[in-house]
Amino acid sequence: MDLFEYQARDLFEANSIPVLKALVATTPAQAKAAAEEIGGKVVVKAQVKVGGRGKAGGVKLAENGDDAYAKAEAILGMDIKGHIVKKVMIAAAAPIESEYYLAILLDRSNRSFLVMASASGGMDIEEVAHKAPEKLAKVHVNPDEGIDEAKALEIVRRGGFGSDVEKQVADVLVTLWRTFQSSDATLVEVNPLVKTVDGRVIALDGKVTLDENAAFRHPDYEGLIDHDAADPLEALAKARDLNYVKLKGQVGVIGNGAGLVMSTLDVVAYAGERFGGVKPANFLDIGGGASAAVMADGLSIILGDKEVKSVLVNVFGGITSCDAVAKGIVQALEILGDKASKPIVVRLDGNNVLEGRAILNQANHPLIEQVDSMDGAASRAAELAAR
Amino acid sequence: MAIFLTEKTKVIVQGITGSEGSKHTRRMILSGTNIVGGVTPGKGGQVVEIEGKNLPVFNSVKEAVAGTGADASVIFVPPKFAKSAVIDAIDAHLPLIVVITEGIPVHDTASFYAHSLKVGKSRIIGPNCPGLISPGKSNIGITPADITGPGSIGLVSKSGTLTYQMMYELRDIGFTTAIGIGGDPIVGTTHTDCLKAFQDDPETKAIVMIGEIGGDAEERAAAFIKEHVTKPVVGYVAGFTAPEGKTMGHAGAIVSGSSGTAEAKKVALEAAGVKVGRTPSRTAELLRAILKG
Repeated sequence: MDLFEYQARDLFEANSIPVLKALVATTPAQAKAAAEEIGGKVVVKAQVKVGGRGKAGGVKLAENGDDAYAKAEAILGMDIKGHIVKKVMIAAAAPIESEYYLAILLDRSNRSFLVMASASGGMDIEEVAHKAPEKLAKVHVNPDEGIDEAKALEIVRRGGFGSDVEKQVADVLVTLWRTFQSSDATLVEVNPLVKTVDGRVIALDGKVTLDENAAFRHPDYEGLIDHDAADPLEALAKARDLNYVKLKGQVGVIGNGAGLVMSTLDVVAYAGERFGGVKPANFLDIGGGASAAVMADGLSIILGDKEVKSVLVNVFGGITSCDAVAKGIVQALEILGDKASKPIVVRLDGNNVLEGRAILNQANHPLIEQVDSMDGAASRAAELAAR
Repeated sequence: MAIFLTEKTKVIVQGITGSEGSKHTRRMILSGTNIVGGVTPGKGGQVVEIEGKNLPVFNSVKEAVAGTGADASVIFVPPKFAKSAVIDAIDAHLPLIVVITEGIPVHDTASFYAHSLKVGKSRIIGPNCPGLISPGKSNIGITPADITGPGSIGLVSKSGTLTYQMMYELRDIGFTTAIGIGGDPIVGTTHTDCLKAFQDDPETKAIVMIGEIGGDAEERAAAFIKEHVTKPVVGYVAGFTAPEGKTMGHAGAIVSGSSGTAEAKKVALEAAGVKVGRTPSRTAELLRAILKG
C-alpha cells in the first residue's frame, strides 16, 4: 500500500523525523484557513500517488491565505496522469540551501534491505544513479542488525554529505530505519531531504509503501487506505474477500491460484488477437475455496462489469476439487437467476475432473459451455466476446 | 535421483495439530511421504493418529529432531507465528525447511532468511509456496501427488497451480522433482538455486522454468543458464497483461514502473538461448520437441 505524501509526513512526524508544519485541505476555503494557521508563505501540494506532479503544475507557492485559496482552487480537481486531485497539503515554505536524497527499501534481488543516500538530491534519483553513480551510496542492511549510529554515519559519509550536516543526516537515517522497521514498510524515501538556510535538516517530501501482509499487527493501516481511489468493482470484491483486479477488456476471468490466473489472462489476450483484439476484463483468483458462495460472489462481480461479454472459468484442481467448483458454478447460476446473462466457458482439469464435468453436463445450463483445454477454452471465450 | 527431496527424507510438520497441518499431513502420508512427527509449541507429548500412523508431537524442532531423526520440516502455521517457527527449524539445523504459509510480512521473511544465512545449515523453500514433489519418492507440501509420476524433467516455478498445469501437460514424460519456490518478494530458494541442482542431477534430462512478473529472479536465472546450464531449458512467463503497480494475487507479482515486466523476463531468457512458450501448452510442446531431438 502506497501512502499519500501527507500520510508519509504524519508517519515521519510520529517517529520524530524532522518535518515542516503542514495541514491537509479538500477545499480552497480549508486551504486558506490552513495557510493562515501556518502563517507566512506556504506551498500548496497536490496529493496524488504518482510522480511528476510538479511538472504537471500540482505544486505551487502561495504568498498568503488568499493566494493559497486561489492555488488550491486551481490544483484541486486537476488530472495528473489519470489521478484526480482530491486533497492538497498546505505546508510551511522553507528557504532551502541544499537538497539531498535518502531512502531505505526492500531489495528483492539481494533478499535484504538497501539504503540509498546522496548529497546530490533535488533531481530524479534514477538520473543520479545513471549519470553519476559515484554520488549515490548504496549500502545493504542486514535485517537483523539494522542501522545504528556508526553505520548511519558511514553511509552518510559515503553519500557525500558534508561534515556540517553529517551528524544530523545520520540521526535522520537511524530514525528512518526504526520507522521502516516498526511500520513494516517496504519503502521509505525522503526526496528531498533538505538543509534550510538556517542549517536545519528536514524531510520535505516523503514516499512510503507499507506491506499489506503485516496489517494484522498494524490496526492503523485500515485508516490509511484510500477508499475513494478503488474501482467500485474492486472495492466490492475486497469487501467480499475476493482477490480481484479490474482490467479493461471483454472476457471475465475466474481461476484458482495467482500464477494460473495471470497465465489465463495472457492466454485470453493472445487468443483475442484472432478475434478483433478482445482482452481479459479482470484478474480473479478464487484460491483454494470454490464454494457456491465464493463462485456466486465472483460471478456477480464479473457480470457487474458492463464491458464483459463472456466469462472464462479456468480451474486446475489441486486441493480444490473440480466437482466442488462445478457445483459452485451451478448453484451460483441459480442464485444469480436472470442476472446471469453472459456465456460462461468452463475448463476443468485435475482433482475429480470427471465428476466435475459430469455435474456441468447434467446441469445442461444454456449459458455453460465446456472446453477441455486451457488454450481452447480461452479461444472460445474470446470468440464469444467478439460477437 | 531427485533434487532436495528423496524417499529417505524424514519429514516433520510444524503446525501438525492445526486444521491445515493435519489435512495436509494426511495427504502427504497418502502420497508416500515419510512423515515422522510434528511440532506444536505447548502440545508436546501428544500423539496424533493420521492414516494409521502414530505421530509424536513435540514442543520444539530440536526435540523433534532428537526424537525422530527428522531432516526436513514443512511449515503450516499462520503468518503471525511463522517467523518463530522458521527460526526454530533453522536453530535445529534442519537441512530442508519448506514454508507453505501465505501472507508472512516481508520483514519477517527477510529476518529469518538472514538468520538462515548466518547459521548456514538450512535450505528454505518458500514462503507462500506449494512445496516440492519428487514423484514416486516423496512429496512435501500441497502438490497433488496423482498428476504424474517419476520421469526426466525438472520443474521450477513461482506458482502452485501453474506447476500443476505444467505437470499435467507433461504427464506422459514425468518429473525428477517439481518445485514451487513461492510468489513472495523474498523466497529462500530461487530459480537459480534449482537450475543449479537440476544441472547437477544426472537423472534430470531437461528443465522447465516458470516465472512471473515482479523482481529480477528470472533475469538472474537467465544469466546463470547462459553460463552454467548445458541441459535444455524451456521457459514460460506469466503476467504479460498485468497493469503497472497492481499486485496480481502473489505479494511479489507486481510490475513497478518499468521493472519486473514479463516482456523483460522473456527477452532475458531468450537471449540466454531458452525457448519461451506463449502458453503453458505451447511451452510443453517446446520441451517435447527438444526431447524428441
